[in-house]
Amino acid sequence: MTVPSVAERSAPDTDTTPVLAVRDLWKVFGPKAESVVGSTLSRQELKERTGCVAAVRDVSFEVRRGEVFVVMGLSGSGKSTLVRCLTRLIEPTAGEVLLDGEDVRKADDRRLRELRRHRMAMVFQHFGLLPHRCVLDNVAFGLEIRGVAKQERYARAREVVGLVGLTGFENSYPDQLSGGMQQRVGLARALAADPEVLLFDEPFSALDPLIRREMQNEVIRLHHEVGKTMIFITHDLGEALKLGDRILIMRDGELVQVGTPDQVVGAPADDYVRDFVSDIPRSHVLTLRWIMRPPHDGEPLDGPELGPDVVIRDAVHAVLSADRPVRVTDGDSLLGVVTSAEILEVIAGGQH
Amino acid sequence: MAAVNVVAARVAARLPARRYLVLAVVVTWVVGWAVLRGRDTLQLGEAELSPLHASLGEGMDAVDAGRNSNPFFLYFINYVRLFLDEAVTFVQALISQPSFGRPVPLLGWLGVVGLATAAAFLYGNRRVALLTAAGFLSFGVLGLWQESMDTLALTLTAVVLSLAVGIPLGVWAGLSDRFHRLVTPVLDFMQTMPTFVYLAPLTLFFLIGPASATVATMIYAIPPAIRITAHGIRQVSPETLEASTSLGVTRAQALRHVRLPMAKQTIIVGVNQTIMAALSMATIAALIDAPGLGKTVLKALQTLDVGTAFNAGLAIVIMAVVLDRATSAASRRVEDERRAGRRRTARGRRLEVAGVLGVAAVLGYLSYTYVWAAEFPAQANLGFAVRGAADAASLWVQDSLVTYTDAVKNGLTNGLLNPFEALLTGSPWWLVAAAAVAVALLVGSVRAALVTTAGLLVLVLLGLWQDSMVTLASTLVATILVMVLGVIVGVWMGRSDRADTLLRPVLDAGQTMPAFVYLVPILGLFGPTRFTAIIAAVVFAAPIAIKLVAEGIRRVSATTVEAATSAGASTWQLISKVQLPMARSAVTLAASQGLIYVLSMVVVGGLVGAGALGYDVVAGFSQHQLRGKGLAAGLAIVVLGIVLDRVMRAATERADAAAHGALHGGLHDR
Repeated sequence: MTVPSVAERSAPDTDTTPVLAVRDLWKVFGPKAESVVGSTLSRQELKERTGCVAAVRDVSFEVRRGEVFVVMGLSGSGKSTLVRCLTRLIEPTAGEVLLDGEDVRKADDRRLRELRRHRMAMVFQHFGLLPHRCVLDNVAFGLEIRGVAKQERYARAREVVGLVGLTGFENSYPDQLSGGMQQRVGLARALAADPEVLLFDEPFSALDPLIRREMQNEVIRLHHEVGKTMIFITHDLGEALKLGDRILIMRDGELVQVGTPDQVVGAPADDYVRDFVSDIPRSHVLTLRWIMRPPHDGEPLDGPELGPDVVIRDAVHAVLSADRPVRVTDGDSLLGVVTSAEILEVIAGGQH
Repeated sequence: MAAVNVVAARVAARLPARRYLVLAVVVTWVVGWAVLRGRDTLQLGEAELSPLHASLGEGMDAVDAGRNSNPFFLYFINYVRLFLDEAVTFVQALISQPSFGRPVPLLGWLGVVGLATAAAFLYGNRRVALLTAAGFLSFGVLGLWQESMDTLALTLTAVVLSLAVGIPLGVWAGLSDRFHRLVTPVLDFMQTMPTFVYLAPLTLFFLIGPASATVATMIYAIPPAIRITAHGIRQVSPETLEASTSLGVTRAQALRHVRLPMAKQTIIVGVNQTIMAALSMATIAALIDAPGLGKTVLKALQTLDVGTAFNAGLAIVIMAVVLDRATSAASRRVEDERRAGRRRTARGRRLEVAGVLGVAAVLGYLSYTYVWAAEFPAQANLGFAVRGAADAASLWVQDSLVTYTDAVKNGLTNGLLNPFEALLTGSPWWLVAAAAVAVALLVGSVRAALVTTAGLLVLVLLGLWQDSMVTLASTLVATILVMVLGVIVGVWMGRSDRADTLLRPVLDAGQTMPAFVYLVPILGLFGPTRFTAIIAAVVFAAPIAIKLVAEGIRRVSATTVEAATSAGASTWQLISKVQLPMARSAVTLAASQGLIYVLSMVVVGGLVGAGALGYDVVAGFSQHQLRGKGLAAGLAIVVLGIVLDRVMRAATERADAAAHGALHGGLHDR
């Protein structure tokens, strides 16, 4: 299977209304959690003074319809708590979670179940499959509990099982499958309900690297096929850059930066992010837009043309083999030029 | 309390090493014993009663008298009793006793064998079905068909009721942390309380007979049902639950589709444990006139009829093995079926069920209609042969081994038991008490010392000081023997896989076998003495101690052992310097468990000549004027148990703290 790189992937068909909006979200664990909301103490001080841990502090973001939104952070940064707050698997302490404009936090038990059954589905790190049910019954479980008739739910489950590439394993049991295949079942289970939003909580961290890559490609493929909005939690920057249309970086419960992969790598918000992305080969993520410069006086402007969103790696050959500066153009207008000097600087890892 | 502990800790830090202090206490005690021997020993003859015993007896009489007037009895207890009696009688009418105007029960032997085999086949597999058929037939062959069916009736009734109560409570305890915290200490108490102790008080409420026996059996059998069910519900993977929640399950759906199916196999293990506990208690309940095999063993023990006791004991063991294997197979079947992926069609299964049940129904009908299928044929009764063989074997062993058994018996009696007993019973009570409290303080904690003080005072007040000390001496000797066995065999098992595979089934059998059964061969070897009781207790308690020690040795990290070996440690150095010290908390746990098990055999010991508290309890069952004293003796056993348990636990905690506390404290206490 060919893997589309970030730039090749079509920009999501964004209509700009957010499908999910999170405003001022807090989750505090500990006694009298409410009183901690709004506090500006550091995590350590907070723990010492109040005995509370603020896992998510004042996080706001919006997720557009159809995009893959990645939340990235190291363990303990609060990313898993954040994603659980979205469906209230963990009850947020303060803030708003708006799904299509409806505040999830205000939903009563029945309404919340409706939301979970129909509109948001989650894929878990350790799969969370039911060991006493075969693949088909696992996939159909969500439909079963919302009362879909047997015929209908099996038909739908078969369809989704096919979609994730498990045809032929319908009657196997989870412990007869490899980790990657088990996660495909988890994926199918989430897809079966045809939710608007898919949540992934570090779904591939428990898999070995080869399988992980295969599953990442699978997610990209599925995203193309079904076009769901996806919120993807990971601690792996490579995974985030590979999958994310936009990336939210968390640290100690706080939002550090939200942006597209090239923004995160090209313009880190602070030293923390800079340190984080320092190992990433910049030429694999940044586009020509990041390195082009205005033409010098007298520079010849009849070299080859390239678009501003071409990833540097893909432009290397063209630029280095051209005997004059490559023009970066958007339609008819000239945005800047790129020469081998700029390319080499990025590849050699120079900092600006 | 905390402040006291801190002070105690500071004082302790300045005092010389504890072991010398303990030694000093013991030396003082021995000197005191030599000087003050025979004074203030609070002796009380076998048939003598203290005023407290008399008034306890009167109190019990008053309860008896109020049975038909007191509203608590009229509207509650009597109904419960009626219900339980009827339930047991009903099952007896089905399989063991003449009923409904017939000279035989509804189902004769052929029907019961057919039904049991069918059940074993449908829930288990072909092998346990064969085992079940053979086992049930052997009851008849041993000439104990009716007795066996009585035991089975009582066991099954108690099991059904225990599960009906235990599984829902277990599910609740699995779901609710609060209920779990509430119920755990109650279950602890139910399980550590020596079983014989509550038999007498129960008869006060439910009279002698099936009702009391059922309640006693349920008290013993419900805890595993609750505990294991709760454990099964609790161990369900949190992520699977979370995944279900994220799909929008209701609480009821989560229970039905996730928790219960995932806990199913564990719950069946709980059923197995419940059945084994019920069977073991149903035989012991013979002491309060429960019908069945236990009664046969008991009568035989009282008349020292080794052959008959062996014969009935054999039937009990067979029943235990059959029930254990059948329910274990049922539990494994759950797993196997899942793995096999339901290869067989539902229709095939339905046909099979119908066929097997059909055959069982035909057999049942035959046994309902024809005498030959109802009463086990007398020609097949080989019980006399078994009895005769057992008698002969016992005689031969006694004759030919008498020199060895006597040597062991006399050696241990004179070398260990007598000095201990002399020290405990010959010293003034206050000296013993003072020494005990001092030891509790030194090896345990302030709290343990307080419990010891209170416990010993209760023993004095109960008027059973002397008997308690005799029992304590035997208990301690038995525990020492248990620990010697536990450490030697446990280390061997922990170090050698071959020893483990060899010994584990033996130990399992020792644990599942009802306690009465040991007594028979031991009685044959050593005759009715204190020593017999001690050996019976050791046989009962050693398996758990051995298993715990072996487990501890096994858990010592392989890397550490490898490191020691590569440093050139000899086997002996490896055991004494690495494995045993690292398994220290397992060893102390083994000691405290061993002690509890030994203590629970005290009453059984009373049956075979141990005297003291055990005898007091047994006499209380049979002689009306001694029931007050019997009750007090039962309490005294419980008190001894609590005191020893607390001291042991405190010692364990201290040992753990000594082993880990310093290290961890240094790392974390900033």
